[in-house]
Parts: sequence; structure tokens; C-alpha cells
Amino acid sequence: MMPHFDAAYNLARWLTRRSEDADDVVQEAYLRAYTFFDSFRGGDGRAWLFTIVRNTCYTWLRKKHGQELMTEFDETLHSSPADSSSPEIQHLRRVDAEMIRDGLEKLPAEFREVLVLREMEGLSYKEIAEITGVAIGTVMSRLSRARRRLHDELTVPAGEESTA
Amino acid sequence: MTCKETQTFMDGYLDRELDLVRSIDLERHLHDCPACATLHEARLKVRAAMPALRHQAPVELKKSVHAALLERSREEDKPERKWYQFPWSAIAATAAAFALLAVLWIRPTSNSLEREVVDSHIRSLMANHLMDVPSTDQHTVKPWFAGKLDFSPPVRDFSADGFRLTGGRLDYLDRHPVAALVYQRNQHIINVFEWPVPASNRSFHTHAQQGYNVIETVRNGVEYWLVSDLNSIELQQLADRVVAN
Repeated sequence: MMPHFDAAYNLARWLTRRSEDADDVVQEAYLRAYTFFDSFRGGDGRAWLFTIVRNTCYTWLRKKHGQELMTEFDETLHSSPADSSSPEIQHLRRVDAEMIRDGLEKLPAEFREVLVLREMEGLSYKEIAEITGVAIGTVMSRLSRARRRLHDELTVPAGEESTA
Repeated sequence: MTCKETQTFMDGYLDRELDLVRSIDLERHLHDCPACATLHEARLKVRAAMPALRHQAPVELKKSVHAALLERSREEDKPERKWYQFPWSAIAATAAAFALLAVLWIRPTSNSLEREVVDSHIRSLMANHLMDVPSTDQHTVKPWFAGKLDFSPPVRDFSADGFRLTGGRLDYLDRHPVAALVYQRNQHIINVFEWPVPASNRSFHTHAQQGYNVIETVRNGVEYWLVSDLNSIELQQLADRVVAN
């Protein structure tokens, strides 16, 4: 009866990082979807819904928590100098879900967003590009940086955390 | 492929968005380079753990959103209605709510597939990745697909009729790998996408999108999509030949 509800909630939960916010965002997003149903021009209903959930999240965060999260994302600013070095060779000794959850929570929203859409929802680059309103090439480079940052979070020894 | 290139293409490879030739190069590099192989393994480990991090929506929330949607649809039914008037607007609003829910269930339709096919055609022209196996010989192209696809696409050359087979390529459409055959007529490139579908035939369907002509059909368990900037009449001529036995 409520299609894609879990997926919509998951995205909202990861973007807002708070369950109370996710509740409000999802409710608002579904009502918006209902209101703007006229603007749905066919195609993939799930991607359309994700777009609405995402936009609702960012509007919500801006309104509720100020500009805290949403400084305009700068691809060059957010790419660490390590991006051009040779591959990291630290082994990931143990990777448990908790560690990844913590690591993911620390990433900027734009990184969290592509990882959630790709790794949890299994969307293609093209679908992610449509939802986030960026070029496919940007999706690929953003995913690449997101995974690298997440990897770094997982390999940084405890107590020596970098400024994420 | 160097370590640097491997890093660059690693994500496309993990996400199965990398073209076939680069994927093979990358696999070869992973085989020879322990450092990159370690990186690749680490990426796989993290990826494997991610789906478990999915948050489940609370049941209460689901109920309350559902209730809010129904409430909204009822609000649109104005109260000045007399008791004897039939609540058409309420029915319309409820129908709209149901239509929304129904649409969200629907998988991408052939409309989005059409877009995908045209995008793929454009990408193949732009990315300098028109062909994985350049050959005008159907006996070279056909075996090349063997082992790369779970079906054997019909491959024929129609040079005699002015449609020259120039090669083949592995592509990815509608969430599965497909064969892309490349034909040329004068200066026009034609991509013919083929993949198996549950048997049953569908007659020709012609569309125009973004300045490209598209013809789709299903014959004997194979779905065909032809895309080109060639005019629709000549494209149809090729379509007739491709599906003919």
C-alpha cells in the first residue's frame, strides 16, 4: 500500500541522521508527492520519489538546523590531497557494520547520499545523476571520493581521527 | 593499465558501469598488482556490509503517513456539499491517491527504456567506444559474444543492401547485458540492441527522440531496438532485414 516507504525512510534517515527528523521528512515528502503528482511525467516512480525525499531533506535541514550542513558542495575543496596518490595499502582488518555506520555518519551529506543510493538502494549512476541533479561523471567521482573517505575513516586508528 | 588508472576506474568497475574493454584491462591489472588487489578487496568488504545498514521504517510512521494521505484526499472534498450530492470530488481525490501509489509501484516503463537506448546510442558515439569487436565479418562478431552473454544474438551483415556491419559491443540496458551490433549506412551509424525476452512477438513501433529515430520490436523471443540519426524509412528497411529469418 505504501510503495518504496522503507527506501524513502532509509534515505531520509541517513541524510538527516536523526530519526525524529526522518519521520517528519518522510511524511512531508509523501504529502508533497501527492500534491505534485500532476508534475510526474511518467518513467521511474521510485527515482521521482527519491528526488522529492532528497529535496525535502535539504529544505528541512536548512530550515531546522541552519546552514550547518548545506554549504554548497565544492568538488575541489572536498577532495583530499591523497586523492592523487597511489592506492592505500592498509588492510581493513575487521569491518563490522557498526564501524561502517559510524564512518558513514561522519561523511558530508553529498557523500552519504551517493553511497546510500548506490550501495543500499542499488541505483545506477544515471538514476543517481537524475536524483541529485548532477552529471554522471560527477556521480562517479563523488562515489569514488566517498568510498575513499569511508575507507580512511575505517583505517584511522582510534583516538587519531582526522577532521572529517 | 597503471595503478592510477585502476584507481580511477575502480568505482565504475565495482558498480558495473565500466565498459567491457576497460573492465578486462582492470581485471588483468588486479591480477598482477597486489596493492590494487588489496584495495579492491577492501572496497568489496565495505560494500558487502552496507546493505545491512539500511534503516527500516517504523510501522507507526507508515500508518500515520498513510492516514495523512487519506486525510489530505478527504480535505479536498469541500464541506459545502449537500447530503444528496454525490461526492465526485472525494472519489476523484481518492483515485488520485491510488494513482500515485500505483505509479510508484511501476517499474521504469518502456518510455524510460527508450531514453536509455537513445542515451546509450549517443554515449557510444561520444565515448569513442562504438565497438569492442570491430569487424565486418559476421563470423568474427558472433563468436565474440559467446561466453559474454547468456544468449547468442543473431549477427548478419547486410552490405549487399547498403547496411554494412561494422562491429559489435557489449552494452547494458534495462538492468541486463545486451548485444549491440553496429551498422553503417553512408555516414550514418546505427546501433541495434538485442536481448532475449519471454517469447511472444510485438509489432514495430517507431519513435523519434532528441533527433534520433528509434524502432523497437520483439520477434521470436528477442527484443530489438534500433537507434540512429538515419531517416525512419531507411531505418525501417534495416529493421525488416534484422528480424527476417
